[in-house]
Amino acid sequence: MGGPGKSRGPGRMGGWIGAWTLLVIVFLYLPVACGVLASLSQSRYFGFPITQWSTRWWQRTVDSIEIGILIQTSVLIALMVTAVSVVLAFMGALAFARYDWRGRKIFQRIVLLPIFFPQAVLGLALLLWFNTLGLPLSWKTAVFAHLVWIVPIATLIISIQVYSFDAALEEAALDLGATRWQVLREVTLPVLGPGIFSGALFAFLLSWGNFPLSLYTTGADSTVPEYLYAKMVAGYTPGVPTLGALTTGGAAVILVVGYVSWIFMRRAQGR
Amino acid sequence: MSTLSEAVAETSVRPARRMPRRRLFSPGLLAALPVLALLAIGFLAPLIAVTAFSFAEPRSFTVFGAPTLENYRTIFSPANTVYLSFVWSLVFAALAVVLLALLCYPVAYGLAHIFGRWANLITLLLVFPLFISENIRLFGWVLFFIKNGVLDGTLKSLFGLELQSILFTPPVIVFGMVYVYLPFMLFPMVLGLSMVPREVVEAAGDLGASRLQTFREVELPLAMPGFIIGGLLTFVLAVGAVAESKVLGGQSVIVITHDIEIAFTYAQNWPLGAALSVLLTAVVGTLVLLVLRYLDLDRILGRR
Repeated sequence: MGGPGKSRGPGRMGGWIGAWTLLVIVFLYLPVACGVLASLSQSRYFGFPITQWSTRWWQRTVDSIEIGILIQTSVLIALMVTAVSVVLAFMGALAFARYDWRGRKIFQRIVLLPIFFPQAVLGLALLLWFNTLGLPLSWKTAVFAHLVWIVPIATLIISIQVYSFDAALEEAALDLGATRWQVLREVTLPVLGPGIFSGALFAFLLSWGNFPLSLYTTGADSTVPEYLYAKMVAGYTPGVPTLGALTTGGAAVILVVGYVSWIFMRRAQGR
Repeated sequence: MSTLSEAVAETSVRPARRMPRRRLFSPGLLAALPVLALLAIGFLAPLIAVTAFSFAEPRSFTVFGAPTLENYRTIFSPANTVYLSFVWSLVFAALAVVLLALLCYPVAYGLAHIFGRWANLITLLLVFPLFISENIRLFGWVLFFIKNGVLDGTLKSLFGLELQSILFTPPVIVFGMVYVYLPFMLFPMVLGLSMVPREVVEAAGDLGASRLQTFREVELPLAMPGFIIGGLLTFVLAVGAVAESKVLGGQSVIVITHDIEIAFTYAQNWPLGAALSVLLTAVVGTLVLLVLRYLDLDRILGRR
């Protein structure tokens, strides 16, 4: 006899779920915190509890010219990847979610394939392919490699926004005498703005943190994750977690600034 | 007579109706072309290159020789233990998927139905680790688990306990996979759960279904597409994972991707590595194509 008296208990269950979620978040950030701790330790070899705190590894990392070059390479790759993926993914998303055309279902599956594919194997396959073409490896080949993986992801992200887009808006603008170009610039782009923006943010940050694709495709140029990996395997100093924490902090700043501007964009649109 | 007049009528109407579609390509195909071109040059072509390489002479660096099955013969010869790497990778990935499903379900449920206006902020917190290179995060776990590390040091100084470190053992590899691929299971699950209308769940409850019954017979089937995508994605990524076994596992076990990497680097045997990649791609590809055939992506991504 359930009836109205039976308690669904969303409150208590909600509490458990909240607590569990909190644990998962702690689980996700625990190693990041360990890295920050290790970077603040004075001694060369990590031991916990830390006996002597120091910021000298931060000083050294910030001053290092070598690391400056690494960061430049990583940022350059990420910016190029973002610029190209936004354009390709925007068009891809229209094909994915907006237009009804004959090959759409197949196109949707093709777009998913590179995401459902082991990245290390993709990196090696691209290495073989560049080699077959006789292309020298550099940051440019890395940009291309990142694109193969990131464009499909950005396409999906923008598609989600495109699905909620009312096509009647475009038609109304056309009926009122706007040209195709005007419709794109003044109706489609502003409405899809937040989706395109999240796509760009994802593209930048995923490229910034990528390791498996960069490893095989950068050649002599090195990105931050690659450098860190080499140092982890051989030649640990507290500089390793320091640079790790630094890149994490950089990504966090970009994400927070991005998120706040995204909220403002949504607000402006709501009006 | 009538058929003729119909035909005439049709031809006279047709051009007008076809006006917007007179172009050679439909707007959809036109918009899809850049992405398709990128994937043809950057995804399909490299896979063809790998396949071609897998038939090349062992230890050669060019595909333009007489094709041979030598590499596959080496892999399938009874003396070769590379099949163990395949088994390890598949077992680790399967374990990771099961653990992730259990770990993520409550969080996904909370994000879809409970957290309300907090959901955005929590999502942001859960997404962020994706943007930190996985080897940095895995290295954080090394600092946590290593002798005299955060865990060991804390236990020692607080309780005087000394435990055997689990670092560099197979279980910690699964742990690393669960850690790294958590968002890839979580967010498809959230998408799946938000496809379940609240009214249906409430109706089931009002009609006297127990919570377990509601879950099994209402929520699970409706949310299934999201769960399948999450499971498939994490399985595929975990099968292809290499950093977990190298950073955390300390090479206690060689997974298949590691074998492939060894063939390409230390062993300088590209054709063998290519043959192994082809086999791995075949396993992964079959699975992905089979599952994707049954999913309606418009419904999964379009519903909000």
